[in-house]
Amino acid sequence: MTTTQYRVIGSRPVRHDGADKVTGKAIYTADTKLPGMLAGFVLRSPHAHARVVSIDTSQAEAMPGVHAVITGADFPNVEDKVADLGEGSVNLSYLSSNCMAQQKVLYRGHAVAAVAATDVHIAEEAAKKIQVEYEVLESVTWVLDAMKEDAPLLHDDLVTDSMGAKAEQPSNVPVHLHFEKGDAAAAFEEADLIVEREFRTATVHQGYIEPHAVVADYNEDGRLRIWTATQGSFTCRQQTAEVLQIPLGNVLVTPCEIGGGFGGKITVYLEPTAALLSKKSGRPVRIAMTRADVFEASGPTPGSFMRVKLGAKSDGTITAGEAWLAYDAGAYPGGMIGPGCMCVFSCYDIEHAVVDGYDVCLNKPKTSAYRAPGATQVAFATEQLVDELAQKLGMCELEIREKNAVKEGSRRVDGPVYPPIGLLECLDALKQSDHWNTPLSGPNRGRGIAAGFWFGCGLKSSAACTVNSDGTINLLEGSTDIGGSRTSIAMQLAEVLGLEAEDINPQVGDTDTAGYTDVTGGSRVTFATGMAAYEAGRDLQQQMRTLAADLWDCSADDISVGEDGSFSAGGKTVGFKELAVELFAAGEHLVGRATVSPECPTNGFGAQIADVEVDPETGKVTVLRYTTIQDAGKAIHPSYVEGQLQGGTVQGIGWALNEEYFYQDDDTMANASFLDYRMPTMLDVPMIDTIIVETGNPDHPYGVRGVGETPIVPPPAALANAIYNATDTRMTELPMSPPKLWKAMQANQTSE
Amino acid sequence: MSASKKVHVTTTINKEEIDFLCEPRHSLLEVLRDNLGLTGSKEGCNNGNCGACTVILNGRPVDSCLVLGVEVEGAEIETVEGIACSSKLHPVQECFLEGAALQCGICTPGFLVAAKALLDKDPNASEETIRFDLSGNLCRCAGYDKIVRAVQAAGQQMNAEA
Ligand code: FES
Ligand code: FES
Repeated sequence: MTTTQYRVIGSRPVRHDGADKVTGKAIYTADTKLPGMLAGFVLRSPHAHARVVSIDTSQAEAMPGVHAVITGADFPNVEDKVADLGEGSVNLSYLSSNCMAQQKVLYRGHAVAAVAATDVHIAEEAAKKIQVEYEVLESVTWVLDAMKEDAPLLHDDLVTDSMGAKAEQPSNVPVHLHFEKGDAAAAFEEADLIVEREFRTATVHQGYIEPHAVVADYNEDGRLRIWTATQGSFTCRQQTAEVLQIPLGNVLVTPCEIGGGFGGKITVYLEPTAALLSKKSGRPVRIAMTRADVFEASGPTPGSFMRVKLGAKSDGTITAGEAWLAYDAGAYPGGMIGPGCMCVFSCYDIEHAVVDGYDVCLNKPKTSAYRAPGATQVAFATEQLVDELAQKLGMCELEIREKNAVKEGSRRVDGPVYPPIGLLECLDALKQSDHWNTPLSGPNRGRGIAAGFWFGCGLKSSAACTVNSDGTINLLEGSTDIGGSRTSIAMQLAEVLGLEAEDINPQVGDTDTAGYTDVTGGSRVTFATGMAAYEAGRDLQQQMRTLAADLWDCSADDISVGEDGSFSAGGKTVGFKELAVELFAAGEHLVGRATVSPECPTNGFGAQIADVEVDPETGKVTVLRYTTIQDAGKAIHPSYVEGQLQGGTVQGIGWALNEEYFYQDDDTMANASFLDYRMPTMLDVPMIDTIIVETGNPDHPYGVRGVGETPIVPPPAALANAIYNATDTRMTELPMSPPKLWKAMQANQTSE
Repeated sequence: MSASKKVHVTTTINKEEIDFLCEPRHSLLEVLRDNLGLTGSKEGCNNGNCGACTVILNGRPVDSCLVLGVEVEGAEIETVEGIACSSKLHPVQECFLEGAALQCGICTPGFLVAAKALLDKDPNASEETIRFDLSGNLCRCAGYDKIVRAVQAAGQQMNAEA
């Protein structure tokens, strides 16, 4: 545990962008208005799978008020090229045809044409006059059906890459992954107890409240300016430039305030389209998705089929694991199967394991990252089987987890050996918690626990800090601030310099002003951009020592910098501000800067406790009490760490109990609205208690680990375990909505 | 241009009398955001399911995406831009900041307006009442815990100031 006393870190200042956000002044993309701006509307496919035979835009073009109409024909041809988007990579020809369909539409909602007009209603009316002739094709939306040999093919040229070996026949399976450790088959032979089940999870959406939006202004000189809701302005710039085949340097992306992302606002959907409409019309163009578009045409996260098996010795040691996983990729390859494979056994030290994973194309929108992408599904499977082992062995579910938990030195099935990590500490915090020690009683009630893991990545971040004449600092960084990161980054700079959080004025720059910074994703911003700010502060101190040496007539080496940021030499000590003011007055205008690229994952572990009551008449689950425990390494701003824990947990509760894409017989989505895709409201959840564990990450100056993603991983499993303890019914399918749970309880009763 | 004829509407927004012209099909939300530049009210769904567009209309919180611009002739409207008193934040705004009740902030204007409407009536609203009354406002980031607490704290502050 970290014991260092900090002045700023661990305190709870009001966030720097707070006043803007509570007064309605903060500018989100849809709030941006440029002179002469037109409104865009995208025409989308009503079919799940069809060939586009012809498109006639003449009537739309003739409408008064319409300034431009584009189709797939207006997009340049892009070769097969792979671009890294931070939380996954993407093939650019797929990316381009996902923005605007070429010959085929692959899901309902797939864009086929777009209109720019003086008003969005005119644009919509015009779009409806575009005549598209479709030849409807057979479609498929269930992952196991899409894997069948006679399944309708989405891409004629797609062959399976099985750990480097290419298949000969095309299929809907772009990738087969295989990981192995030890000898799983032999270990199962020797196991005293084996549990095995099949699990299914539905497609779910990130559900950010702000629909995707963009403003594009294509200048006559070839300069393209974009204001957008993106988690990563630099990847947005790269994707847009590559899809449009224009020089990267011609594109300026300004990230506006963003209304949620959770992984879903990394891929471009609208930017190239808005740019082409702007180019054609000679006017700036704004496009915003409707809520139905967001559900049908952005990137939800994979539905899945999983078969998982665990073997254990009678003393509770888990000795063998096997997993066979098939995840939706959606219409184009590149789903979340990789992290699914790596996370399925990531919490347990299992000596012998084998994992096979399949990425499967089908007629749903291309999937995207969603908070710990791919990990929640597998935790739903593994964490239930661990409970089942415990129950059959007569052990406590906490004890079996403590016995098998990964720790420093444990090797994951995909290879990496863990550095110091905090799962055991989280389980210990669970054991000590008031929640765990308060018995739950009453009929139809049950308690469940589950553990969770997410890597947390490093990637690249930059920061620059400019000293003002009064010794305060302007901090320029490039991480879109989705949940208070300006402040958590500024606090780290304040700590190193000996300033207050309020002395730092953090600003999120655009792609012309900020240094290269990867996406706000992978739980990385407070960790990596915070580290960049820390290093920029160190750089500044270095420069100040050199300059102070001149003033003080000593050598820079004689000047030391204290924990409180003060500079001392020869018995004389001055604070940062004092020296900064003096140097500024002497004509020194200082900028500290740094770029970091930490390679180690930050390894965020957590554990959760759920208490539920199940209505035996309806199958409705009420969450009575919930506690989320997580190793944050070191919580920079504890309120916002708690907020991540609470927010992720409630998303996980929604995923567990209610959320799903309902597909109709024609493979189109039946519930593309907030009313029918029912996310948790205030009334559906209790307070979410949090316990922050701080084990300190040795790879960060203040010990930070990423915290954003792990909290969504345990809820479906913890709730399933609680439901089992309440009803004796094992739920192997998500969501555990009233009709499904009720049916399962009925089946369970008849089989008894 | 579209054939639909614009209608002249006079209304009061944040205590100021305002005139605007709008087409009969334009929602109050569109009028606020596009005609009047009051972009604090947000659009999350445009069909009454998220509450991001909440404004107070004649004392009652409504989803402005479900109200037509032409319907507000003679009405009194309060939006997020009008909650603060000159340079002093309203207690509900202060408590949201102090309590870290916002993350991305897109839902925040709607919550603030809905919370103010509730607390104006009942500053002592219980947790249950708050959860019931504000259940039409969706937040996907915060898990609601800190929002509920901020609304409770604001009620207490309003009582103390009254
Ligand atoms: S935008 Fe009005 S309720 Fe969602
Ligand atoms: S803070 Fe993001 S939706 Fe509420």
